[in-house]
Amino acid sequence: MYSIIRSIWLTFLHAFHKRETVLYPEEKPYLPPRYRGRIILSRDPDGKERCVACNLCAAACPVDCISLQSAEDDDGRRYPEFFRINFSRCIFCGFCEEACPTYAIQLIPDFEMGEYNRQNMVYEKEHLLIDGQGKYHGYNYYRQAGVDMGVKGKGEGENEEPPVDIKSLLT
Amino acid sequence: MNYAFIIAGVLLVVLNIAALLIWLERRLLALWQDRYGPNRVGPFGILQVLADVIKIFFKEDWIPPFSDKPVFVMAPGILMATILLTFAVIPFAPGFLVFDSNIAILFFLGNSSLGVYSIVLGGWASNNKYSLLGAMRASAQMLTYEVFMGISIMGVVMMADSFSLKEIVEAQEKTWFIFPQFAGFLVFLVAGIAETHRLPFDIPEAEGELVAGFHSEYSGMKFGLFFVGEYLGVTLISAIIVVMFFGGWMGPAFLPPVFWFFFKTFIFICFFILLRASLPRPRYDQLMEVGWKILLPLALINILATGAIILFL
Amino acid sequence: MKNIVPGGRMIKIEINGKYYEVKAEKNLLEVSLSLGINIPHFCYHAALGSVGACRLCAVKKYRNASDTKGRLIMSCMEPVTEGLILRTEESDVIKFRAAVLESLMINHPHDCPVCDEGGECHLQDMTVMTGHNYRSYNFKKRTYTNQNLGPFIHHEMNRCIQCYRCVRFYKEYAGGKDFDVFASHDHVYFGRHEDGILDSEFSGNLVEVCPTGVFTDKTLKSHFTRKWDLTNAPSVCVHCSVGCNTIAGERYGILRRIMSRYNGSVNGYFLCDRGRFGYEFVNHENRLKKVKIRLSKNENPVVAENDQLQVSLNSALSDNKRIIGIGSPRASLEANYALMNLVGTENFYHGISKSDYELTKTALHILQNGPAHSPSLKEIENADVVFILGEDLTQTAPMIALAVRQAARNIPLQAGEKTGIPRWHDAAQRDRTQDIKSPIFVANPYQTKLDELSREPYHASINEIAKLGFAVAAQINDNATSVKDVDTRQYMLASEIAVALKNAKNPVIISGIHCGNKEMLHAAANIAFALEALQIKSSLCLVVPESNSMGLGMIGGKSLEDAYRRIEQGEADTLVILENDLYRRAEKEIVDEVFQKCKHVIVLDHLMNDTASKADILIPVGSFAESEGTIVSNEGRAQRYYKVFPSEKSVPESWRMIGEMIKIVRDQIDHPWKNFDQVAKEMGDDIPEFSVIHQKMPGNGFRILNEKITRQPLRFSGRTANSAHIAVNEPKLPQDHDSPLAFSMEGSNEVPPSSLVPFYWTPGWNSAQSINFYLDEPNGSMKGGDPGIRLIEANKNAKVSFFEPDITDIEQKPGEFWIIPVYRIFGSEELSSKAKAVAERIPEPYVLMNEKDIAGSDKNENGSANINISGKEIFVKIKIDPDIPLGIAGLTVNLPGMPFLNLPCSGKIKFASGNSNNQKPGRP
Repeated sequence: MYSIIRSIWLTFLHAFHKRETVLYPEEKPYLPPRYRGRIILSRDPDGKERCVACNLCAAACPVDCISLQSAEDDDGRRYPEFFRINFSRCIFCGFCEEACPTYAIQLIPDFEMGEYNRQNMVYEKEHLLIDGQGKYHGYNYYRQAGVDMGVKGKGEGENEEPPVDIKSLLT
Repeated sequence: MNYAFIIAGVLLVVLNIAALLIWLERRLLALWQDRYGPNRVGPFGILQVLADVIKIFFKEDWIPPFSDKPVFVMAPGILMATILLTFAVIPFAPGFLVFDSNIAILFFLGNSSLGVYSIVLGGWASNNKYSLLGAMRASAQMLTYEVFMGISIMGVVMMADSFSLKEIVEAQEKTWFIFPQFAGFLVFLVAGIAETHRLPFDIPEAEGELVAGFHSEYSGMKFGLFFVGEYLGVTLISAIIVVMFFGGWMGPAFLPPVFWFFFKTFIFICFFILLRASLPRPRYDQLMEVGWKILLPLALINILATGAIILFL
Repeated sequence: MKNIVPGGRMIKIEINGKYYEVKAEKNLLEVSLSLGINIPHFCYHAALGSVGACRLCAVKKYRNASDTKGRLIMSCMEPVTEGLILRTEESDVIKFRAAVLESLMINHPHDCPVCDEGGECHLQDMTVMTGHNYRSYNFKKRTYTNQNLGPFIHHEMNRCIQCYRCVRFYKEYAGGKDFDVFASHDHVYFGRHEDGILDSEFSGNLVEVCPTGVFTDKTLKSHFTRKWDLTNAPSVCVHCSVGCNTIAGERYGILRRIMSRYNGSVNGYFLCDRGRFGYEFVNHENRLKKVKIRLSKNENPVVAENDQLQVSLNSALSDNKRIIGIGSPRASLEANYALMNLVGTENFYHGISKSDYELTKTALHILQNGPAHSPSLKEIENADVVFILGEDLTQTAPMIALAVRQAARNIPLQAGEKTGIPRWHDAAQRDRTQDIKSPIFVANPYQTKLDELSREPYHASINEIAKLGFAVAAQINDNATSVKDVDTRQYMLASEIAVALKNAKNPVIISGIHCGNKEMLHAAANIAFALEALQIKSSLCLVVPESNSMGLGMIGGKSLEDAYRRIEQGEADTLVILENDLYRRAEKEIVDEVFQKCKHVIVLDHLMNDTASKADILIPVGSFAESEGTIVSNEGRAQRYYKVFPSEKSVPESWRMIGEMIKIVRDQIDHPWKNFDQVAKEMGDDIPEFSVIHQKMPGNGFRILNEKITRQPLRFSGRTANSAHIAVNEPKLPQDHDSPLAFSMEGSNEVPPSSLVPFYWTPGWNSAQSINFYLDEPNGSMKGGDPGIRLIEANKNAKVSFFEPDITDIEQKPGEFWIIPVYRIFGSEELSSKAKAVAERIPEPYVLMNEKDIAGSDKNENGSANINISGKEIFVKIKIDPDIPLGIAGLTVNLPGMPFLNLPCSGKIKFASGNSNNQKPGRP
């Protein structure tokens, strides 16, 4: 009985407390850099698309809202021919960013993407691709990989020996 | 002619208050939870209700194909009718009264008993297990609490020597009945909350367990009627408490009596909302236990004591 | 090694605390895999055997219950012994495997995101399975340069983990010569001696054999899709008569790739390159997608909508004297049957020439009524003596050639087993075998790739080969008539072959109709019959040209010549041509004239070709990927392929479209068949031979636990985004009322019946190796029996009646050459030659000639010749074949750009001088 009255009283006292609500459009909250908002595709330090169209983001996506097709340029470099995110389905879980082996797909602290027409929630590559490196600077996947796709030759990568000369016997 | 004005006035005021209460409740709950509540539509968000009403009117009036249709449609109407009828006997101010009945209290009790039908029938007609469970809980709860609700105000009746609410108010010229009838007040307050099935006694709805209890299947304006009915009920119980224990329109003369009446009622409405903000819902068996084992004996002792005092003094 | 008991004895062993009865002649890895126990492995491949190179399949073996210590062994190198106790998950085993994997991964590049193998990579699976996850080797990674291996295979040598599977398959299993392992120690390199096109017809299998991404599918690379994103359907290869089982995968409306679908009786784990890479014709730019109608003669056809098609069909099908239906050996049984239903049996023409049909019919007659068994590929693999008459198997039925290559190992393998080396012990067996081969005899006019297996390849004219055949039969059994003028060489060879065959347990005779000679078939049949008469179980494999030639032979009908005659005589004036390019089957002038005489020409096909361009009403119909159908292989095995794409309204299945036409002809409201099952059933009712197909194939009502079989793997991605650019609202999934498969990832995850497996996947095994869990044992049969229904069984009760030799002399005019057809794996088949990658491999038309025949003229390896066959001239390159008999020239047939030539026939050859590059080969 006492506890009931006490809790009524304590609740009543909250009338004189400061309110927690942030009055959003007038007053913007601080969003940390790792906030999971709108998804973007970044570029590597050379200014080329980071995405190598490996399909891992699409596979990781729990609502299957990412769709892409890979293609190759003249150097054999892989890139997405199209890259589509259906934001009307996206739940901003960030699994795609976690799955991305090249830091290409990133979630950024922007969530103001409401639309009156649902069709406008479908973002194609030109809507997604930004000009910078996003959160992760200095990483270039093709310098780490073993393939020669126009960025570095065989054996010129950061962690590679020069190519083996198979015609020599003893080395 | 005069009656027509009074009836129209009462209806207008009461219904508007009910609508405003929706906004008030959301704002007050927010206040006690350190939030703002609706504050975007109109000044202080007061037009939120209007927006909601417009929305609710444009919603599809859907009657589930598996329901018992006539009963399903009737149920919310019964609720509104019984509650609105009761307002006829409430004395807002001297002369501001639709019908001065000499059995006003019995009329109030009778109507509130009829109100159970709307819930039981609504739950039954929905033909849905959650609705039925809600309806069963409601009937048991309201039967239980009706018993000592009636008994608890007998003390007041004895002291005022009348069933007429107007006369009860007039009988409190010297002291409000809250002082001599404190136990009766307590019992009536609890029973009143239970009768309106407001939190913490919203066991028939119990959204955590029963989806939305007896009105799970209701949508659109029919749900709106249940919703408004709940706020009308809150207003009604607050008004009755004010009439019976807090001297009705009585108050310092620098303000008109009707203001005092509404002021006191408003305080109680806020109290109801505060209860919602602060208390958790008890278990169903706890509710019944408190009712039968504590409140009923308390009400009986109160009536005995009151009777004895009146008899021997 | 005393414990090896050949021949099906069962032995009791304990694995992880459970007791099993297992086959004695297997090794522990095979046994565990067939019991569904996961043991990581790399170098072991069921078809290739064990070599113990990778050390990953380590397990712990205890001699018996009293052995508490046990020892680490490689399960692939350990025979099963009585009472043995095996533990596959002990901590030291797990640690060992992780360590092995870590060392394999030391040089593996960080390629997975751009590697085509990713998602179906054996190395990925094994890395997860062994638990290795962190590279502690801090030094640099070894790298290699890649080679360009042609249009089929992409090479990425950095990814290699030195398991040797590729050389073992390419060199040892498939007999390739231009691929090997080079260099030494940790620098070994798998590839060719220099950049260049891989020569083997089976190079595509490197994609599936390689456990990582060293060899990947180059055609898939150009439109890459991960395995988990493909919508798959069980399919059957339509590019030759063998009927290999395939898995076709689709995404975004493009057929992405063909993988081998296991069928223990047919193709096993492998496919030939024509089957694997020929699929791209489905995506060809010349694919017909819209109805085209010629509004009046001499006008160009215009694209038409459905209602206009109805009007045109209405007038064409009602305003005529008689409708003639021309079927096709590359269309399904059901489509041919539907056409027969439309025009009536008397107006149904099977769409091949009289001579071809007679040959097919002869082959069918021999197999259905004779006592010789028609062998499956597996049975050919198990043969101990093979005699091939007049068929260049590598080019006409490549998978049979691969099976013959395995047969060549049987005798040495058996001998090896007798000395105590188990069959699966590949390295030891090969060391012991060296160059020993089973007796294989090849007789063909020109050199073939299988000659190298043959003891004494015999090169002579077709007639001489037929004579040899008759002589062999006569030497086996006196009742078989021999031919008279057998020369000494033929006689000696015949007796050698006869002796070998008589001593064989599983002799197989292979011939075919590509040489165009009925006597050859009779000779082959006589040999098999003669062996049967001696109570030797013999098999007779007869190769036919197209995917459904056998089925068409069973349906029957009249020949193209008859159809032409009726049109010439004015008895009929409307043609309905089903998936058939008539210009490939008769001279241009004849076909042109027929079309001229016709009032209406209705063509149903999938690709634009010469016949389609003559159509008045051209209706696009679904290829094997957009339709379902049953085709009968040369073995007589009826197999069904299923839609990969949901059928579009504009590209219906042939049978459905013909059903629409039946509606018009019969003036009825309802389509004659609601779904594919109804056509199949009605076909079975009308043609009793086919009734078993409908009875035994799972129909569209087939369900597993009330659910359809999913075409898409569980991890299929992008469902809510694939079509979002068109409309953000998700459309209803396409429904499939014709099969028990669903165009969805939702449905049964149980293992479907063997003929309905759309893809292979087992928990932990995303790669093609998961196949082993669908089999009763590695390299065995599919669980529940191999797919397909055999329609041809030998008539064991038949009295052996030999064919009388009736060899007519060839009509070779003096001064002319006898020109015989030379088939090419790439180019001679119509559909696959439209595929981009295959097209790159099509040779320029050439003529095979003996060196001595061109002596005197400008003798030049790169010379060219003008061939004149009854007035028709074509210009081709000359290729020297030292073994082709004098006076005979082999001319490539059906290559793109070549006109139809009715070979074999007599023709003049004029030698052009030197390098006359001004004329393009192949053009008249």
